[in-house]
Amino acid sequence: MVERTPFLDVVTQVLLFLGLVVSLAPFVIVFIASTHTLRDVNTVPMPLWPGQDFFVNMTAAWQRAEFGQKLVNSLIFALGVACGKVVISLISAYSIVYFGYRGRMLIFWLIFITLMLPLEVRIVPTYAVAANVLSPYQGILDITGISWLIQRLTGVQLSLQLGLLDSYAGLILPLVATATGTFLYRQFFMTLPDELVEASKMDGAGPLRFFFDMILPLSRTNMVALFTIMFVWGWNEYLWPLLVTTDAAHRVAVVGLRDVIPGNDGVPEWNIAMAGTLIVMLPPLIIVAFTQRFFVRGLVATEK
Amino acid sequence: MDKRAIFTNRWLGIAFIVPQLLLIFTFFYWPAGQAVFWAFTLQQPWGGGNEWVGLTNFIAILTDHIYWNSVVRSLLFAALSTGLSMGAALVLALLVDRELAGHRVYRTVLVWPYAIAAPALGLAFRFMLAPGAGLVSFVNHIWPGFWDPTINGTQAFIAVTIAFAWKYIGYNFIFMLSALQAIPRSLTEAGAMDGARAVRRMWDIQVPLLTPTLFFLLVLNITDSFQDSFGIVDIMTSGGPNRATELMVYKIYFDGFKGLDYSGAAAQSIILMLLVIALTVIQFRFLEKRVHYK
Repeated sequence: MVERTPFLDVVTQVLLFLGLVVSLAPFVIVFIASTHTLRDVNTVPMPLWPGQDFFVNMTAAWQRAEFGQKLVNSLIFALGVACGKVVISLISAYSIVYFGYRGRMLIFWLIFITLMLPLEVRIVPTYAVAANVLSPYQGILDITGISWLIQRLTGVQLSLQLGLLDSYAGLILPLVATATGTFLYRQFFMTLPDELVEASKMDGAGPLRFFFDMILPLSRTNMVALFTIMFVWGWNEYLWPLLVTTDAAHRVAVVGLRDVIPGNDGVPEWNIAMAGTLIVMLPPLIIVAFTQRFFVRGLVATEK
Repeated sequence: MDKRAIFTNRWLGIAFIVPQLLLIFTFFYWPAGQAVFWAFTLQQPWGGGNEWVGLTNFIAILTDHIYWNSVVRSLLFAALSTGLSMGAALVLALLVDRELAGHRVYRTVLVWPYAIAAPALGLAFRFMLAPGAGLVSFVNHIWPGFWDPTINGTQAFIAVTIAFAWKYIGYNFIFMLSALQAIPRSLTEAGAMDGARAVRRMWDIQVPLLTPTLFFLLVLNITDSFQDSFGIVDIMTSGGPNRATELMVYKIYFDGFKGLDYSGAAAQSIILMLLVIALTVIQFRFLEKRVHYK
């Protein structure tokens, strides 16, 4: 505080409190609505105090959307995306920054460009690739004339086919194929002093040794941050799982929300809908609440 | 970009980069190329022949007023939700940066909305803004029939915009706060010595120094409003009533997967890609000239 500003301080606290209320209200209202009976939740104005039917509604939502299997799927999906992303980004950034092969600038830009076009924008053709993940390679063989050559030589009609629809791989892999993490690590590696490599080389460490003994321990905070962001992102992804999974065995929890949307006829079952919402929104929230200090510390430097 | 001390083990380096390259080729470059190919051809859903039709698909799209409506709506949605969310976040960040009692609580809690899945958020707001239950419904007791986003397109659009803006307040807040805290304390103190009051210092010192971050967030918010809005729209309104909330990505999804019009959806994808790329390029040109704190 530079000077005494009693009036402004009051205004500040009031506005901040308002901001807090606006930020928390949806969470509170979802919870309150999930604790009431069908009749109470549809009274106007809505009750602002929790009722007693929390577990009844939770059970109803759980059964209606079959959240048991879906939450497991969501967990596999989000963990797969987060781990895949952390590993792939780490090794590719390591390769780009620390190895002296030709064309790595080109490769960096090839990876960087993927930042520009999110999955939603190119959803239709990506879906076609997931339907047959070998189609790009079939396409290359067709265009270059190799498949024609093979057919002439051996008489075999080459047709590569590997569908990823309704599989965990189909859910996870396309989401891992973007550059966010690679870019993050690359920026981080660039800030590490060159003396680190020089000293390690002097001590006789090769690239693998350097990677495991220096890079991995140094990147721990970044890994937690990236893992959290990617876990939340994967868990919350909606359009892609909606498209690539059609069987109940691979559906994820976020898509399961469609089963608890109240219909147009009859009294809308908002209590059950909100219980379902609560089930879906809690896991990423818990992860963020626990790992928050890692990436907020990285982002918000308090030097005051 | 080059480091001085580099490993010369070429094959290990290539082995480390190959998984990423395979992934982005299969799931990024090939589909993006495929979209261009489809946009210029007419193709049967799921196989069949492709016929080269040149710009026909684009002409069909660009002369369709339903498409233009969705473009205008998307841009309006981007502008309104970004303005709302960044405005609220800026005020909150400036106030938290004053570090009065309890500022740590705000720093923790205000980030939470971003962790919520867009569809869950959509369902929560659908309840809160429903005509017959939730928070706003009491209005209909005073003026019967005044608020009903399931019938009134404008109200549905407002509802979707508010839901999206709410999600991004916390996200914008944390970036703005981190930028604000990077501004040297001596600057605001010097301003105070010159007699500038706290609000004056915010507008004349902190906000101008925040412009690089603000611009970065502006582009990020607008880009995200094109893609991340799908879940909210699908759960809250399904694009309705009467297409009032049909944004660009929703229309691509609807035309491509419900209407099975692959070529039309691909052409729309190309236009959206160009729009997103244009926005990103603008961002990069701006960032090159970014202001440095001195």
